[in-house]
Amino acid sequence: MKKLLSNLCVSWVLLVVATLKVTSLQAAEIKVAVAANFYKPVLTLVEHYQKETGHHVQVSAGSTGKLYAQIKNGAPFEVFLAADQQRPSLLVEEGLAEPESQFTYALGSLVLWSNNPELVDGKGEILKEELTHIAICNPKTAPYGAAAVSAMKNLGVYNKLEPKFVEGQSVGQTYQQISSGAVDLGFVALSQVLVDKQLNGGSLWLVPNELYSPIKQDAVLLKQGSNNAAAKQFLAYLQTEQSKQLIKDFGYDLK
Amino acid sequence: MPDITVVYLTLKLASVVTLVLLIIATPLAWWMSQTQSPLKSLIGAMFALPLVLPPTVLGFYLLLLLGPNGPLGSLSEQLGVGRLPFTFTGIVIACVVHTLPFVVQPMQNAFEAIGKRPLEVAMTLRASPWRVFWKVAFPLARPGFFAAAILGFCHTIGEFGVVLMIGGNIPGETRVMSIEIYNHVEALEYGQAHWLAGGMLVFSFVALLIIYSLNDFTKQRLKLCA
Repeated sequence: MKKLLSNLCVSWVLLVVATLKVTSLQAAEIKVAVAANFYKPVLTLVEHYQKETGHHVQVSAGSTGKLYAQIKNGAPFEVFLAADQQRPSLLVEEGLAEPESQFTYALGSLVLWSNNPELVDGKGEILKEELTHIAICNPKTAPYGAAAVSAMKNLGVYNKLEPKFVEGQSVGQTYQQISSGAVDLGFVALSQVLVDKQLNGGSLWLVPNELYSPIKQDAVLLKQGSNNAAAKQFLAYLQTEQSKQLIKDFGYDLK
Repeated sequence: MPDITVVYLTLKLASVVTLVLLIIATPLAWWMSQTQSPLKSLIGAMFALPLVLPPTVLGFYLLLLLGPNGPLGSLSEQLGVGRLPFTFTGIVIACVVHTLPFVVQPMQNAFEAIGKRPLEVAMTLRASPWRVFWKVAFPLARPGFFAAAILGFCHTIGEFGVVLMIGGNIPGETRVMSIEIYNHVEALEYGQAHWLAGGMLVFSFVALLIIYSLNDFTKQRLKLCA
């Protein structure tokens, strides 16, 4: 009887210790750096993830180039969700990120958009007409800008339109220039003009995929997060069917 | 409803930066106003440089300087202070550098406006330099100090580019109001961005109004006493 009691006591103590270990795992903190264009989707994903796991995710937004510079200079981020493939690959090359962890979490879709519901037709014919201005984001720094340039080149309208460019420094700024009506139309991301899977006013032409090379957005686990099991778990969570559906609902493609 | 920590952090940053700047800028402005040294123009030009560089560029260089591979960064790690970028201390340093010219200028002008005479009179009455400063120069230059503090505080409240670069948008640590507005705009939450920007304007206006009224009030009282 005594033995049984002592056994029970020991197992109970072990059980308590085990649950303590589990709870300490549960309250993990994950530091995520995200490209500005994916800030809103990631907040929604994080909300679901936190509900499911009890972990806490801290999200910092910025432009991909700026975040890259910060990570190189010791920023405390553990997971990096970039707007391109180039920057995560560079970080892997420089030994600041885990090589096996890199994957494409979203594909951006390019649209020609205007906040005037009558302006943009469903075939992009408007590009052949005389335009005063057309907004694009800087093709050197923003993937959506580069995609817009190659789409216009493939349509044979680039040389005609180039003098009419109004350049934003990010796709967010280009969206503001068009939504405010300062520029009649321009190239932005599909994710920006959708609200609850519906077009949020204006008119758009979904640029066909064959006109530009895919805008791949890559995620990578940074060296800072190598020992954080929760950070790895969060990256895995981004690849679940449920997350993929959510990402699609926000206007991104996934192959 | 904006996050209260964001508002608190912004006010804390602006207060700390203003305080640090008053302590640093006072001797600097005093020296600049009194010296005949050939170094004066050189130092003056050097401290005005942050006005020229775009804030993001200034932030980037500060990041290189304070980062783990930078000269100041390795020094701070050796001294056991730890890493400065992406911490509250880091954004305080960045804002101090960027706001210094706005605080030194009005102070220096106020000291120079006093002229040589009152100071010389005090010295002939055997006042020590320390006493000359505190009993003559400082009271006469008080409006300049007041303007400097206001400019420093307001400039820090509106600081964006430098704080985003050095601070890294970390909630509870370096995410201040201007960064939160940027977050809302990037997330296309224009309504919340408008609220926050409007709130920032109203708050700043009321704060400035109170301070200016107080200043006028003290001036009136001084006149009555005189």
